[in-house]
Amino acid sequence: MSANPKKLVEMRGVKLKFADKVILDGVDFFVQKEDILVIMGLSGGGKSTLLSILMGLLKPDAGSVLFKDEDLTKLSRTKLNEVRAHIGMVYQNAALVSSMNVRENIELPLKELSDKNDKEIDSIVDQKLELVELKDAKDKLPSELSGGMQKRVGLARALALEPELVLFDEPTAGLDPINGKHIDDLIVQLRDKQKVTAIVVTHEMESAFAVATRMAFLDKGKIILEGTPEEFRHSDNPIVSEFLSAYSDEKHTKE
Amino acid sequence: MISKLGAFTISLLQELSSVVWMGRETMSEIMERIAKHRSPFRLEHFFYQCNRVGVGSVPMVILLSVFIGLTMALLTGYQLQLFGIVTLVPAVVSVSFTREMGPLFTGIVLASRIGAAYTAELGAMTAGGEVDAIEGMGIGALRYLVTPRILAIFCLTPCLAIISVISGILGAAFISSLTLQISYSYFYDQVMTNLLVKDVLAGIVKSFLFGAIIGMISCYKGLSVKGGAVGVGIATTSSVVIAISTVIACDSFCNIVMVTFFP
Repeated sequence: MSANPKKLVEMRGVKLKFADKVILDGVDFFVQKEDILVIMGLSGGGKSTLLSILMGLLKPDAGSVLFKDEDLTKLSRTKLNEVRAHIGMVYQNAALVSSMNVRENIELPLKELSDKNDKEIDSIVDQKLELVELKDAKDKLPSELSGGMQKRVGLARALALEPELVLFDEPTAGLDPINGKHIDDLIVQLRDKQKVTAIVVTHEMESAFAVATRMAFLDKGKIILEGTPEEFRHSDNPIVSEFLSAYSDEKHTKE
Repeated sequence: MISKLGAFTISLLQELSSVVWMGRETMSEIMERIAKHRSPFRLEHFFYQCNRVGVGSVPMVILLSVFIGLTMALLTGYQLQLFGIVTLVPAVVSVSFTREMGPLFTGIVLASRIGAAYTAELGAMTAGGEVDAIEGMGIGALRYLVTPRILAIFCLTPCLAIISVISGILGAAFISSLTLQISYSYFYDQVMTNLLVKDVLAGIVKSFLFGAIIGMISCYKGLSVKGGAVGVGIATTSSVVIAISTVIACDSFCNIVMVTFFP
């Protein structure tokens, strides 16, 4: 189906509406292996919905969602669950299981979906916690962690099964600049060292330009611009320009 | 009036079909898991829920049942004394407790104690995005979260109903010996003579049904929560109300069937 062998994910003509409200109105984009695609857009514009569709949590009304040439919208639940094991997701609110401590949260996918023994699982958990620099928080409950720490645990959990694709929903939203930068560095590090492909949904411009290899702008249910960060900076699209100038104004004010 | 009744019927049917859908999907996730030679749920989760539903509910079930048995014997005894047939108290209390009161009160206790907890827990997880996260990992949220809960309440309701029946009868025997001058040995003999196997079976079958109903309704209500903390509160209230009403309705239906077909 796909002409490009490096293409990992592709959305073709994806449409979705809730009741009478159109959320996505024919979204088309693709992501190549080892790319970090940043999807931007106004709040409530359907960016997080896009990720839910990619995870198979929502079914679009029309269009196809291809992951390694397999259409997720047509897969049986068993097959879809198999595919989901290759996709990790870091949620905006981390979505850690609140009754489990950090170690148990990271163990969860490993215990449920892999054939690894306890010793191997322990070693993976340690390795992932080391990656997100949270080894000391192993026995803490999510409620005992700060927002930034919860997001890092969410990332460690998303990486537990060594996914090929990681989806980030507003990874730096609500974090202080230092924690935000830490998360951005982790995203880039994942691509550089572990060859992980990522789709990042954000409206934090600084974070977006720090991690993106490609960018897309979602407006009124459609991708109105897709390109490199450089192309975005010089775009003459009025909505994108306004969005970027609002960011530079904000940055300017802060300075 | 008619349009309101129509809307109510439609929403009732929608809810009912959703509960059935949840049961079907849970079963299908379990079967898929078994086909892959993997355990459909973690035994530790099942035993944890059993401990909560069963062991945790024992004191409340005993307390309620003793007092209900006691009150029942006392009131029945005073009425039967007027006709000089107070000796019927053991038979009346034991049969009604075994067939009716034991399973029904256990159902009501579990619907309010465990059903509410299931709904609140799953509701908070749904509202916090935890259920979606589990589903998104490919784990199968229904299998992972719902199965141990429903299975625990399904298996433990009959056990608690038996405890309730024994406690109720003991409460009745105590008050009968104290106020109605019925000795413990006479009470015991009368219970053994009048209680039939079909009464015991009827009580146990009903308890299994009540357990399944409470588990299904409370888990469904929890998983369909919308609107954060307020939504969890609304769902929990509605779960308890619906579970208790359904248990009582199901009890009446079972009684009609049993009286008609197994008189």
